Amino acid sequence: MKKQWLSVPYGIWALVFSIAPILIIAVYSFCSRSAYGNIIYEFTAENYGKFLEPIYINVLWRSVLLATQSTLACFILGYPMAMIIAKSTIKKRNIMVMLFVLPLWTNFLLRTYAWMVLLRDQGVINQFLIYIGIIDEPLKLLYSHNAVLLGMVYNFLPFMVLPIYSVLSKLDNSLVEAAEDLGAPPWQVFLKVIFPLSLPGVISGAIMVFMPAVSTFVISDLLGGGQTVLLGNLIQNQFLVARNWQFGSAISMIMIIMILITMGITSKYQGEGGGRQLW
Amino acid sequence: MVKKLCKAAYAGIIYVFLYLPILVLIVYSFNDSKYRGNWSGFTLRWYQELMRDRTIISALYNTFTIAILASLLATVIGTAAAIGIHHMKPRAKAVFMNITYLPVMNPDIVIGISLLALFVWLKFKLGYITLLLAHVTFNIPYVILAVLPKIYQLNPHLEEAALDLGATPLQAFFKVILPEIMAGVVTGFLLAFTLSLDDFMVSFFTTGSGVNTLSIKIYSMTKLGVSPKINALSTILFIGVLSLLIILQQRASNIKE
Repeated sequence: MKKQWLSVPYGIWALVFSIAPILIIAVYSFCSRSAYGNIIYEFTAENYGKFLEPIYINVLWRSVLLATQSTLACFILGYPMAMIIAKSTIKKRNIMVMLFVLPLWTNFLLRTYAWMVLLRDQGVINQFLIYIGIIDEPLKLLYSHNAVLLGMVYNFLPFMVLPIYSVLSKLDNSLVEAAEDLGAPPWQVFLKVIFPLSLPGVISGAIMVFMPAVSTFVISDLLGGGQTVLLGNLIQNQFLVARNWQFGSAISMIMIIMILITMGITSKYQGEGGGRQLW
Repeated sequence: MVKKLCKAAYAGIIYVFLYLPILVLIVYSFNDSKYRGNWSGFTLRWYQELMRDRTIISALYNTFTIAILASLLATVIGTAAAIGIHHMKPRAKAVFMNITYLPVMNPDIVIGISLLALFVWLKFKLGYITLLLAHVTFNIPYVILAVLPKIYQLNPHLEEAALDLGATPLQAFFKVILPEIMAGVVTGFLLAFTLSLDDFMVSFFTTGSGVNTLSIKIYSMTKLGVSPKINALSTILFIGVLSLLIILQQRASNIKE
């Protein structure tokens, strides 16, 4: 029996449900729009042209900005944490990793919703600040750029910590000892030995934070309250509200291309098993 | 000493950051006051209201049946695919692996809207079936990626030995191969199951009117404002996940032994 035939059902499935949908989106993104908004199979580049309007370029800029900010914040908060975990004893280490994985298993929407409870005007944080007398009036914390940023960092921090930890824990300690023996001060050991060796983990982490951050619409929707329109919100809006599937498809194609480029650039710097297997 | 203390403090702050929101939800689920943030007495009222809410119960039912069906289907298709891929020539293997990585790399929102476009184009009625198809689609790659390493570790002579001793290929598979790769198959199934349970983005775009999953239901509830019923729901889910994780951990340590 030829075993490779066992892949046929999957091949057909992937063809129909993974590849065909992308092709449909690709075709739609070049289709014209009738007066009633229906799809006409006539070539046009208008949908991509529309994206260059300042209002949409602004959305792109804001999405990339927020995703970059959250990636940086996750890196700054996450790297020391990954180091602390990697240097703990094995028993402690497993528990610490487990505590990072656990929130990932609770519903993503609930985790975001929890911040609505904390940040709203009568929320825990405002009540606490009023109670200890720092402020008299509740601060407007919810529905702002920073609330969205906070939500992203909160949801995606484990994606940064886990890959970096995975690389750091496999780091060859003799290299660190050699650097120390040769008289390097701790900061030099870190900058010249530990950090460069941990780069594959940092890059995996950055991808795993940046990608969901740039494509989300839930966090911006719940914590930004419609004030913060990101690429994801725009796609959702074009497909479900404005019913301009052609434009929505064009934005999706742009997003796919952005991600392919990022993957292409970073795959060069990424060694084998940079921590992706954690997921 | 100071350094050690600093480290512990830093780790502590990060863990508080991770768990404080969840803890607040749990505490508030027992709070008698509906609108104010302050504590006004212990109650189980929200849990009772939750149980009486039919839409939530049906969403719960949909979420679990879809997760079970989709991950079972994905496990069968994915395991077969992984065995097939293992026996392929390098070129075909590369093509299949790239196809497998496609849904892993693709943002969820793009998977969602592209499947929506496909279902509408095929004139499928959006609802339970389209949800199920979508979930199987994003689940299969994770099963393949979980099973493949186990197949690589497999001793190729095992199957030959079984066949030489007179087993039919089917018997050889179920009695020899499957037990050997079972750990990978189970991991793949559990991964698919949890991904299915947690999914919002893809479900949101591929469901029809009236068919909710828990995530979609929570989303529409948050649109109406903060409700203590959601807090009760989160508490139940969190405790459910925690127990599942403890069971899994137990399993993992048993395998190691």
